[in-house]
Amino acid sequence: MRLTCPFCGNRSIAEFSYYGDATLTRPGSNAEQSAWVDYVYMRDNPAGPHSEFWYHEAACRQVLRVERDTRTHTILSVQTA
Amino acid sequence: MAEGGLIDRTRPVRFSFDGAQLIGYAGDTLAAALLANGVRLVGRSFKYHRPRGILSAGPEEPNALVELREGAAREPNTRATVAEIFDGLVCRSQNRFPSLGFDLMSVAGALGPIFAAGFYYKTFMWPAAFWERVYEPLIRRAAGLGRASGLPDPDCYDKQSAFADLLVIGAGPAGLSAALQAARAGDRVILAEQDLALGGRLLADRRTIGGKPASVWLADTEAELRAADNVRILTRTTITGVYDGGTYAGIERVADHLASAGGLPRQRLWRIVAPRAVLATGAIERPLVFGGNDTPGVMLAGAVRTYLNRFAVKPGTRAVVFCNNDDAATTITDLLAAGVEIAGLVDSRSELPEPVRELVASHRVKVFANATVLEASGGKSLKRVSLGGQAQGTTLACDLLAMSGGWNPAVHLGSQHGGKPVWSERIAAFVPGPMPPGMQAVGAAAGQFLLAEALGTQAAVGAETDAITPLWQVPGTRGKAFVDVQNDVTASDVSLAAREGFTAVEHLKRYTTLGMATDQGKTSNVTGLALLAALTNRTIAQTGTTIFRPPYTPVAIGALAGAHRGPHYRPTRRTPGHDWAARHGAQFIEAGEWLRATHFPRGGETLQDATNREVRSVRQACGFCDVSTLGKIDVQGPDAAAFLDFIYANTISTLAPGRARYGIMLREDGVVFDDGTVTRLRPAHFLLTTSTANAAPVLRHLDVCRQILKPGLDLCIEPVTDQWAQFALAGPQARRILAISVDPATDISDAGLPFMGAVAATIAGIPARLFRISFSGELAYEIAVPAAQGGALASVLLEAGAAPYGLEALNVLRLEKGHVAGAELNGQTTAADLGLGRLLKKRQDFVGRALSQRPALLDQERQTLVGLRPRAVGRGLQAGAHLIPAGRQATAENDYGHVTSAAFSATLGHAIGLALLRGGARHAGQVFRAVSPLQGSETEVEIVAPVFHHPGGHALHA
Ligand SMILES: [Zn+2]
Repeated sequence: MRLTCPFCGNRSIAEFSYYGDATLTRPGSNAEQSAWVDYVYMRDNPAGPHSEFWYHEAACRQVLRVERDTRTHTILSVQTA
Repeated sequence: MAEGGLIDRTRPVRFSFDGAQLIGYAGDTLAAALLANGVRLVGRSFKYHRPRGILSAGPEEPNALVELREGAAREPNTRATVAEIFDGLVCRSQNRFPSLGFDLMSVAGALGPIFAAGFYYKTFMWPAAFWERVYEPLIRRAAGLGRASGLPDPDCYDKQSAFADLLVIGAGPAGLSAALQAARAGDRVILAEQDLALGGRLLADRRTIGGKPASVWLADTEAELRAADNVRILTRTTITGVYDGGTYAGIERVADHLASAGGLPRQRLWRIVAPRAVLATGAIERPLVFGGNDTPGVMLAGAVRTYLNRFAVKPGTRAVVFCNNDDAATTITDLLAAGVEIAGLVDSRSELPEPVRELVASHRVKVFANATVLEASGGKSLKRVSLGGQAQGTTLACDLLAMSGGWNPAVHLGSQHGGKPVWSERIAAFVPGPMPPGMQAVGAAAGQFLLAEALGTQAAVGAETDAITPLWQVPGTRGKAFVDVQNDVTASDVSLAAREGFTAVEHLKRYTTLGMATDQGKTSNVTGLALLAALTNRTIAQTGTTIFRPPYTPVAIGALAGAHRGPHYRPTRRTPGHDWAARHGAQFIEAGEWLRATHFPRGGETLQDATNREVRSVRQACGFCDVSTLGKIDVQGPDAAAFLDFIYANTISTLAPGRARYGIMLREDGVVFDDGTVTRLRPAHFLLTTSTANAAPVLRHLDVCRQILKPGLDLCIEPVTDQWAQFALAGPQARRILAISVDPATDISDAGLPFMGAVAATIAGIPARLFRISFSGELAYEIAVPAAQGGALASVLLEAGAAPYGLEALNVLRLEKGHVAGAELNGQTTAADLGLGRLLKKRQDFVGRALSQRPALLDQERQTLVGLRPRAVGRGLQAGAHLIPAGRQATAENDYGHVTSAAFSATLGHAIGLALLRGGARHAGQVFRAVSPLQGSETEVEIVAPVFHHPGGHALHA
């Protein structure tokens, strides 16, 4: 797989680290414990487009928001987080 | 043959096969050279040990597998049809005992029924213990392929990346045409060909292009491509895998064909990135299924033509041609041109097309239309075939049978992304279905078998057609009729599987082993599933294919590893003080990616002796230790303090400039992530240290938290681990030693540089940062200097009277003070488990705060940190030992925890340890058994507080 980093161009997936679901919002400090459990542990497993974070660890160290089709690994978009 | 072919008769090549000295020519494959030397029996089959010869002339070869080279370089299961010979090559046949000609195991052929489909599952089920001890070794000996050398691979391998606009896979007429077209359009083109030369079937068939021999077109095309600087041609390179994003893997056999690699890698793994690819992999001919179709001398018709035309080798002297398609005419023409007698043409069709009729008439070839070969016989070499159909009762003497059941497009790479190939009734074969993005099939790989189509000229000549009527299985055959010769799977195995309900193709594959092993069914899969389709009253399209996965052909593990083996598996990191330590007699150990000094033995000291001495030197005088491996991260900016308050569980923003603080960070699930020190160098400038192992993960965590969770904060994060050499200087004499070399302007008195203070200074003229922090409980400093000055600083400290100590002593010193390290920060412990719960901020938000308050993490029965002391002086203690209450059985129910760290304390004169124990300090004073079944040791220990030396910590503030 390859990602086109807005800063570094088209690069091998080996340079990136996966950081999971990009649609989650960190609960506020007074949120219920259940909201935290959802945030930390519960994940959807969509078959299709998925918004996720990829960290360009071996290069610019920017976290990217990637739209990926989980069925085909087609990269639909890459933006800065 | 004395003339013709693409071999170099001026360059004879000497090689040996099973000890016989043979001669071939440069340009020969091993298979061609063996045939030229009259060798037809080259191996024994997998299960039945039947004599086997050479079936094909390409990478699809299922039969002619040999062991190439000797000793550590021995490579089993090499296809003789692609291996090139070189001077001095030694190769051997496989799977025979004691010799190829006389094989004791061929009795397995007579035991046929027990080796039928599913024999593994059925025959050897009972009693269970017999399986491992008796049956499996027996079967492994009887059924097998080549022998691995069992020695480290002596060859070297390389990896290379390449980028192109277009990758052309295969350099037959279709691939060459595609490459030429793209090259002329200015695209960057990579043309990969598995063979040693470009041309594909043009090297094997006598064709004309534009009224001239195809070799003229081939030479012109190759010359133009080689002259173009936007084209890279990779011969001997098999594309083995198609990956996401237009990434392809290829194996180039760089030196496999050379007598001496001469410093070249044996093979090179290519990673090719190209948005577009052309699949021009051609097609693979189908064998026909009849009795004894595995007899040496039975060969694919296309392979016969390859040996005749390309290698100038007659694979036999009297041939029968058995076909269901028009390739028969070409084969007969080529055989006659080479002077091979034709015993007959056996064609399953009732009506032969005009060109075939004309040809056989003009050469008086005996024709058997609407006929089949029922059985080939002759044992180790073909002697005769018996015919069926209209020719029932006829027997033809022959030593070569050229067969063709049609051609299967080599769709494999096109299907590796999961796109199923599509059945074509016209050619009775699968053609590529949905392809990986950017890939397009051309020529025979696309099911277009006519040369004009391959060349893109579209003008098929006259009535030329590639439509065929399939002949999947000869009706009424006698003897074993093989579908998959590599795995000894017969037509009756397929029907047995179908009768027993294994009607899904994937089940058929697992149950019969059809299409497994080194050739992955390149010559057998389609036929096997056609038989299955007929048996289950489905169409072939409904039956479908098994899944295609990389690699297309076998890949040496060494090629995947490349240079990353042994000490080069990953880079070795050396500390800035490494060379200095080596000069001063240090012994080193691999600690993660680092090489670290364990101890500095003097005279004949053992590790324990040296460690004891080093510990005492710190406790009684002064020692110094290279701690540069700790991660160092520089954080600057107006919002740096606010950010670090969010990252660390304890408060950072209240830290005054010039002061340091112990910091602990949690993961969002409430478990401890890492610990270290935070120093505020200036109001908006912080320096963090991390544990050695977490240097990279902490940086990643900071980056991700800043960018995702706190994008509004204004700060910069920069790793500086490699920029600094850092030494701990510890012991009651530390200040006196430091004073000798520190610049006089820097006040290092207890008032000037108090405990947890930090200051910039120069040491013996070297710019430095001084931190008064201690991991040993002694009066101690950490001194950071530019990395290149690490050795110089060590020399300064040594001259001033401090003694170097290593990782072992460092560990004892921290254990004596009960400081936690990696074994305690194990990814499961909370701050409270480690006795650090009081550090957590009560009100403010930070990473991990919410879930650190989960009931399960606050449970009083959790395993928490305690100290251990053996009850008997002189007893050792093993890290990893389990703690069992005294008097109870060492069982899982009685397992209360385990020893995380243990060492002999030279200061106290006995072993000490840290442990995680259920109920923790509640057990203080109680006795537990520390049981280590792994080491077979047991020690009675007393539970004590996890600080062994100077619990008050007064030395720190001296
Ligand atoms: Zn980047």
